[in-house]
Amino acid sequence: MSYFRKVLIANRGEIARRIIRTCKKLGIDTVAVYSEADAEAPHVSEATEAVCIGPAQAKKSYLYVEKVIQVAKETNADAIHPGYGFLSENAEFVRRCEEENIVFIGPSAETIRLMGSKLEARVQMKKAGVKVVPGTDRSLDSVEEAVLVANELGYPLMLKASAGGGGIGMQLVLDQDELIKVFDATKQKANSFFNDGTVFLEKWISKPRHIEVQIVADTYGNVLHLFERECSVQRRNQKVIEESPSPFLDDALRKELLEAAIRGVKQINYTNVGTMEFIFDENKNFYFLEMNTRLQVEHPVTEEITGLDLVEWQLKIAAKEPLAVSQEEINKTGHAIECRLYAEDPYTFFPSPGVISGLELPKDEARFDFGYTNGSTVTPFYDAMIGKIIVHGISRDHAIDKMQKVLEEMNIHGVKSNLPLLKKIMRNDQFINGSYTTEFLNENKGLLVER
Amino acid sequence: MAEQKTVLTPIPGVFYRKPAPDKDVYVKEGDAVKTGDVIALVEVMKNFYEIKAETEGVLAQFFVEDEDLLDAGQEIAVIIEQ
Repeated sequence: MSYFRKVLIANRGEIARRIIRTCKKLGIDTVAVYSEADAEAPHVSEATEAVCIGPAQAKKSYLYVEKVIQVAKETNADAIHPGYGFLSENAEFVRRCEEENIVFIGPSAETIRLMGSKLEARVQMKKAGVKVVPGTDRSLDSVEEAVLVANELGYPLMLKASAGGGGIGMQLVLDQDELIKVFDATKQKANSFFNDGTVFLEKWISKPRHIEVQIVADTYGNVLHLFERECSVQRRNQKVIEESPSPFLDDALRKELLEAAIRGVKQINYTNVGTMEFIFDENKNFYFLEMNTRLQVEHPVTEEITGLDLVEWQLKIAAKEPLAVSQEEINKTGHAIECRLYAEDPYTFFPSPGVISGLELPKDEARFDFGYTNGSTVTPFYDAMIGKIIVHGISRDHAIDKMQKVLEEMNIHGVKSNLPLLKKIMRNDQFINGSYTTEFLNENKGLLVER
Repeated sequence: MAEQKTVLTPIPGVFYRKPAPDKDVYVKEGDAVKTGDVIALVEVMKNFYEIKAETEGVLAQFFVEDEDLLDAGQEIAVIIEQ
């Protein structure tokens, strides 16, 4: 039994290879698309067929909606898997797939549009009884209105673009003078970046933890959670290390969080896999932050503790098959940690493109989801992530111990990488205690100094 | 005689002469520049690197167009010192 005959993968790098792997296992043919800069990339040769869709720049290739649709039609693909990033949360792309009768492996265009608006998402979550960060639920049109609202909420506040995400379109405001100073510019920036000038205010939460819940939902109203992922180790609002279970949650708090995530997802009739992101304050209060309506980079952490294949579940749900398991049948065992290996300076985070040489991975000791192989070129055009290292242990200590060993045995030359930083984090007391927040790297500047 | 100084990009990436699509170019050909002035951007892995003038003079010519793909070390402009 096969969910589809042929799937086009509208992505590149490690996630394209990851999707191809599951398709191969299930006997599904794959179409890789690639830019001129990626002609030699591993995902191109691993797919059943491959089509060049344009020049290096993403907007002329991987983000070019009509070109991707055209290739899907020409190659007779039944479905498109968007991976993460690029077109994965682009409601217009999904609408075009729906129009052309190509199955989009993900939720509906309408759901993506709804969750793409942070303001609308807040309104929906409140309806479902899921707490959101204290703030406004309407667009702030003038600086006068913003000042009034801000006085009610109290500073410090975050001024946010409703269409923003991934740390872009956010501005911390400490007092009224600052709000008056940045209001117009933030609104304007939101307009030019996201083509939507809607902004709103939220309380700023100091020393937060970022914990998210993996959910799956079929087209028949079955909604399950696959536990949480702790993602608080970040640099520049981007995750560096993820783990599950979260060392911050006890069983009662975990249960409360997972139930809130399920309530939220049911409210919007979500389908396919998705992630509910929450922010925790110092007093263990948690608030809905945003929903990612796609597969996440860090999905392997969940796969390791549950033994499930999330890409297979995506295909199954997109093929309109019911989830044939109940929540009680989903168990987690042990502890998983993922480290993201970036081609960047480990101390300044400045990107470092180049040719990878001398890549040594101790294959038997961890799972390596990599976009590159020895001799591959990391071009300057896309994300700096080279790959992910994932370990699974019987306990958190065991997993940390395994990760320490794997990182020690790894080697990479030709590009600068954050491998030295990852090694230091795995040996940092605060990380080992599990008592870290998103301020971890700022608080441990010593990790960012060459020794 | 006026000295010519070539401006190189130290990193590969996509070349931009404007700070944002709806903004004016940083500097027009023939404009005067001071040491430290930003004359262009290079986008590398979702980061923007500022190319700055390393000398005072007149930016005589750009050798690359907006959105051209650059190699590390490529010549992008020439400044004539005054």
